[in-house]
Amino acid sequence: MSDIVVSFRNVGKSFEGMKNPALDGVTGEIRTGVITGLAGPDGAGKTTLLRIIAGLLAADAGEVETLGVDPVKDVATVRSDIGYMPQKFGLYEDLTVIENLNLHADLRNVVGAERDETFERLLQFTDLKRFTTRFAGKLSGGMKQKLGLACALLGKPKLLLLDEPGVGVDPISRKELWKMVEDLVNQGIAVVWSTAYLDEAEMCGTTLVLNEGKLLFDGTPAAMTAPLKGRSFHLKNLNTRKRPLLAKALARDEVSDGTIQGHNLRLILTDHAQPFPPEEIGAGESARWVEVAPRFEDAFIDRLGGGPDGQSILARHLREIPHDGNTVIQAVDLTKKFGDFTATDHVTFDVHRGEIYGLLGPNGAGKSTTFKMMCGLLVPTSGQAVVVGLDLRKSAGKARQRLGYMAQKFSLYAGITVRQNLEFFSGIYGLHGKSQMQKCSEMEEIFHLGPFRNARTDSLSLGYKQRLALACSVMHEPDILFLDEPTSGVDPVTRREFWTHINGLVERGVTVMVTTHFMDEAEYCDRIGLIYRGQLIANGTPDELKEMVATDEMPDPTMEDAFIELVTGKDR
Amino acid sequence: MKSISLRRLKALCWKETLQIFRDPSSNLIAFVLPVIMLLIFGYGINLDSSRLRIGVLNEDSGKDAHAFVSAMRHSAWLDVRSFQSRELMEKSLVDSQIRGFVIIPQDFTKRLENASDTAPVQLVADGSEPNIAQFVNSTVSGVWQSWQLERADDHGTKLQRDIVLEPRYWFNPSAESRNFLIPGSITVIMTVIGALLTSLVVAREWERGTMEALLASPVTRAELLLSKVIPYYVLGMVSLLLCVGVAHWGLRVPFRGGILALSMVGSFFLFSVLGIGLAISTATRNQFNAAQAALNAAFLPAMMLSGFIYEISSMPPFLRGVTHLIPARYFVSSMQTIFQAGSLWSVLLPDILMLMASSALFIGLTAKLTRRRME
Repeated sequence: MSDIVVSFRNVGKSFEGMKNPALDGVTGEIRTGVITGLAGPDGAGKTTLLRIIAGLLAADAGEVETLGVDPVKDVATVRSDIGYMPQKFGLYEDLTVIENLNLHADLRNVVGAERDETFERLLQFTDLKRFTTRFAGKLSGGMKQKLGLACALLGKPKLLLLDEPGVGVDPISRKELWKMVEDLVNQGIAVVWSTAYLDEAEMCGTTLVLNEGKLLFDGTPAAMTAPLKGRSFHLKNLNTRKRPLLAKALARDEVSDGTIQGHNLRLILTDHAQPFPPEEIGAGESARWVEVAPRFEDAFIDRLGGGPDGQSILARHLREIPHDGNTVIQAVDLTKKFGDFTATDHVTFDVHRGEIYGLLGPNGAGKSTTFKMMCGLLVPTSGQAVVVGLDLRKSAGKARQRLGYMAQKFSLYAGITVRQNLEFFSGIYGLHGKSQMQKCSEMEEIFHLGPFRNARTDSLSLGYKQRLALACSVMHEPDILFLDEPTSGVDPVTRREFWTHINGLVERGVTVMVTTHFMDEAEYCDRIGLIYRGQLIANGTPDELKEMVATDEMPDPTMEDAFIELVTGKDR
Repeated sequence: MKSISLRRLKALCWKETLQIFRDPSSNLIAFVLPVIMLLIFGYGINLDSSRLRIGVLNEDSGKDAHAFVSAMRHSAWLDVRSFQSRELMEKSLVDSQIRGFVIIPQDFTKRLENASDTAPVQLVADGSEPNIAQFVNSTVSGVWQSWQLERADDHGTKLQRDIVLEPRYWFNPSAESRNFLIPGSITVIMTVIGALLTSLVVAREWERGTMEALLASPVTRAELLLSKVIPYYVLGMVSLLLCVGVAHWGLRVPFRGGILALSMVGSFFLFSVLGIGLAISTATRNQFNAAQAALNAAFLPAMMLSGFIYEISSMPPFLRGVTHLIPARYFVSSMQTIFQAGSLWSVLLPDILMLMASSALFIGLTAKLTRRRME
C-alpha cells in the first residue's frame, strides 16, 4: 500500500549568477511506505528540489504537486503538513533542547495535553530525555540530528523532508537515525532522505539520483546496481604492492573502474568484458578473481561513463623520494587539553615513509585535534609530535617547509584567480622565478585547471576547488602530505581521481596522513588509527581492523561494521 | 495565511528574548555600551586639561594692559603667545595652533581709568571644539576676575564697576558641550541597537539555517516581522530610558521635557532604525555584509550627518540636503529640544512627522523584502 504524496514533472530552476541550471527537467514522485533517497554529490540540485517540494522555492518551469496542492500557492496546507529538517538541522544553538521543542510546538499549534504526550513520545524516541536542559549548541552531531528530527516531527507531518541528515554525524548515530526514520515510514509518513553518501542511498527503498541538476536514475537501489551484476570483482591474494597494480588494472580496456579495498582490488569491468588472467598485470600466481555484489557508488560512476584511468600525471612531475623505510611521522604520548576537556589523550603511533595513514573516528572524538598537532597547527599540552625528525614544538617552521597541508574547509583565496592562488602558494613556499612559473603551469595542466586559470576561485565548482587546493599543497614537493577530509562533498568521480593522485604520490615516496568520513576511503589506507574519546582505540591495517570484529554471525565485516563495533565495544 | 497567531508570535518573541539575554554581545551593546559612551562623552570635557595655547594681541601700551598680559602668563593653565597682528593670530586659530585669543584694545588703560566707562577685552575661542572653547572661556575669565581684584587691592579702592568681558564663540554659537553631546550620543546608541544588532540577528538566522526551518513552518510573514521588531523595540526603549537616566541623574544634564514626548520621539526613531537594520539583513542574509551595510547606512550617518558632531547649518548645501533623508537628524534635534527646552510640541511635531514617515518607509521596505519563500 503506497500513496503518491509528491509528484513533479519537468522541474527546472536556475539561480542568478550560475552558469548551469540547478535543476533541469527533473521528473519523479515520492510515495509513502518507503524511504526515498535523494542522492547525488554536492551541487547536484538535491537541496533545491527539496525546497521546491516544500514550497520554499518556486520552480521556474514544470509542475509540482505536494500533498495534493501547489506548494507555492497553497502555502498553508503545505506548511502545516510537512516536517522539514534543513542542513545543519536548523536548531537554535543558544536555546536548550526543551526550548527548541517548545518553540516548534507553539509554531505548529501543538498545545495542552497533546504537547505533553508528544514531547514524552519524541523524547523517548530520540533518547534526549536526559538532555532537555542542555543547550542545542552543546549537543554532539548525532544528538543535534535527533533533536532536529524531533522538531520536524512536531505536528504530525504527513511528509518528512530531511536535507542531508547524515552530514557531520558518525556512522553509529547515522544508523540510529536510520532506524528511527524506518519506524516513521511504517507509521505511514512519507520520507525523503537526501544524501551525498551513496552508501546511504543504497539502503533506501527507492532512490532519485541527481547529477549536475539532471535526473540520472529513478528506481530501487537494486535496479540501479543491476547493470553491474557479473561485472563487479575482487582481485584477491595479491603478492605485490597493490597501488601500482591498481594503476595497471585501470589502464586496461576491460576495467571501467577500480578501488583498493583492504588487501584486495575492487574492479568493475566494462559491459561484456571477461576477467583477464591476473598475471597479465603482474598480480602473481596466487591471485584470483571473486565476484562480489555491486555497490551503488560503482553504479553511479558506471552511469557517468566509468572512473579515471589510474595514471597520476601529478606523480610523474614530482621528484622520487627514496623508500628508506624510515619513520617520518611520530606521535609520542601526544596529549591536548582544552581547559579540563582532554581532546587528545596520550596518543602514540608512527608512520613510515611511503605509507598512507588514516585517522578515523566519530565527530568530536579528537581526530582533528590530533591531526592539527601533527602538522604543527596546535601545540600539544604534553607529549611529542615529530615529523621528518623535527620536533614540531621546536622547529615548526623548518618542518612546515617539508610538509604539505590541505585543510578541511576551503582555504584558498576566493576573490583572486586560480593562477594567482597557485602563484601565491608556490611563492610562500619559496618558489620563484622561472621554476615557479613552470610549476604553476604544470599544475594547471595536471589538474585540468587551464580553462579556468583567469577565473575567480570562488566561481569554481567544489570538485575543481578541491583539485586546486591539492595542487597548492603539493607544489613545493613536500615529503609528507596532510589531508584533512580532502574529499568531503566531492562527487565520486573526482574522488577517484583524487585517490589516483594520492596513490601516485605515495608510489613516488610521499607519506600521506589523511582523515576521512568515507569508510570506503579508509580502505585505501595502509594503516588506520581509530580515535575515540581522545584515545587511540585501534591501530592496524584495514583488514586487521575488520578481523578484530569478525564473529560467526558476521564473518566478513565491512569497514563500517568494524568502525561501529570497535567504537561501541569501547562503550560497553 | 495573512492572519497573526498570538501563540506563534509569543513563542517567536520569547525565543528572541532568550537569545538576546544569552548573547553576550547583545547585552554589551544594549546595556554596557550606553553607559560607557555616556561617560566618555559626558566626562570627555575633563580629558583635555593640559595648558591651553592662546594668543594675545596687546594694542595698548599702558601699564594695566601689560599687567593683565603678565597675569595671564603666570596662569598655570595658559600658554600665552604674543602676536603683532590680528591676521596672523586669526590664521593661527584657524590652523589650530592656538585655541583662542585675547585682544586688548588701544583704549584699554584709558577706559579702565575712566570711572564712567567699561573696559572691553575681546576673547575669541575656537568653537569647533566646544569643550576646549568652554575651557578657554572660563580660564581667561578667571584670570581676568582675579587680576581685577588684585588691581583694586593695589589701588586701595574697592571694586566699583563691572568690567565686562565679552566672550564670543566662533564657528559654533552654542557650545554647551554636554548638553548637546548627550542627546547626540543617545542617538548613536539607539542606532547601534536598532540597526546594527537587528541586522546581525536576521542574517544570523539565515546563516545558521534556522530561517529555513522557520519558513518551512506555518509562520506567517507578519509574525516573522513582528517577532523581530517587538523584542528589539523593547530593548531599545529600555536602553533609551537607561541613557536618559544616566545622563540626568548621573551626569547632571538638565532634562526639561516629559516622558511622553521622549517615548514618542524614541519610538518612531527606533522603528526607523529597526526598519533599516531589518531591511539590510533581509537583503544581505550574511552577518558580515549586514554589519558593513548597517555601519555605512545607519551608524556613520548618525555620527556625521545628524548634527551630532558636525553642525548641519555649516555643511555644504548638498550635504545639508542629504541630512534630510537621515532619521537620526530629526531624533538629534528633538532630543536636544526635549533635554534643553522641554516638550515643546510645536517644535517637536515636524520632527515627529518625519520620523513617522521614515518608520513607515523602512518597515514597509522590510515587509516588501521579507518573503515567505527563500528567494
